[in-house]
Amino acid sequence: MTYEEIRGRLSRKRVGIAGCGGLGSNCAIALARVGMGTLVIVDFDCLSVSNLNRQYYFRDQVGMKKVEALADNILRIDPTIRVEKHPVRITATNFTGLFAGCDVIVEAFDLAEEKEMLITSALTHFPTIPLVVGLGMAGWGNNAAIHCRRLGNIYVCGDETSEISASMPPLAPRVGMVANMQANVVMDILLNSVQL
Amino acid sequence: MKIILNNYHEEFDRESLTVSELLAVKNFTFKMLVIKINGNLVSKAAYDTTMVHDGDEVHVLHLISGG
Repeated sequence: MTYEEIRGRLSRKRVGIAGCGGLGSNCAIALARVGMGTLVIVDFDCLSVSNLNRQYYFRDQVGMKKVEALADNILRIDPTIRVEKHPVRITATNFTGLFAGCDVIVEAFDLAEEKEMLITSALTHFPTIPLVVGLGMAGWGNNAAIHCRRLGNIYVCGDETSEISASMPPLAPRVGMVANMQANVVMDILLNSVQL
Repeated sequence: MKIILNNYHEEFDRESLTVSELLAVKNFTFKMLVIKINGNLVSKAAYDTTMVHDGDEVHVLHLISGG
């Protein structure tokens, strides 16, 4: 497939990104760079200085709603991307309205409890929409532990073992690896050549 | 019974197991789990009553914080 063919196919696709932190912001930027048609970005939070060690934002954006800042950054890269921004907290109730019509959904939350809510909601309401989950990317090093596997319509990216803690913070290199791996899986799904 | 658990073939002495028993046997002690049997989500409330049978495909996902 040529670069033009790839961009042509992706320009007709719609990807939902649940959470615009370390995983979501980096994944969205990667998908913007390859010319994804529509990105639905959802996050209730505002940017803080502590986010800048891994999230795709800039110092002068601190205090902004993350969806506003991320939309700005996406459009600075490619003003033709359609960005739908929702500055709300995702719940089991509003999930379907936010992500209806997406070709793929990216789970990019921080807390295990929220990941569980999102995966459960997706399996219940959109069992046929592929869901790309990020699981385990705390700390640094250990490149080889990060992997990708498919469980039915769920695609899991990460090491599936490292949990964040005071001594194992989430940091740019490993979070970026998993976020870009998620974007790579999204491309794989949308270009109909999934092989994991 | 023989089942497929997280894409691997596994064999157990019993004819069937509840989801809770399967988790105990496998020492899956994480609090945050998503479990699917033959593609269907099993709710947490149903772990004690949902049976895993010979030939079933079971996916167990351990959820950990970070992102």
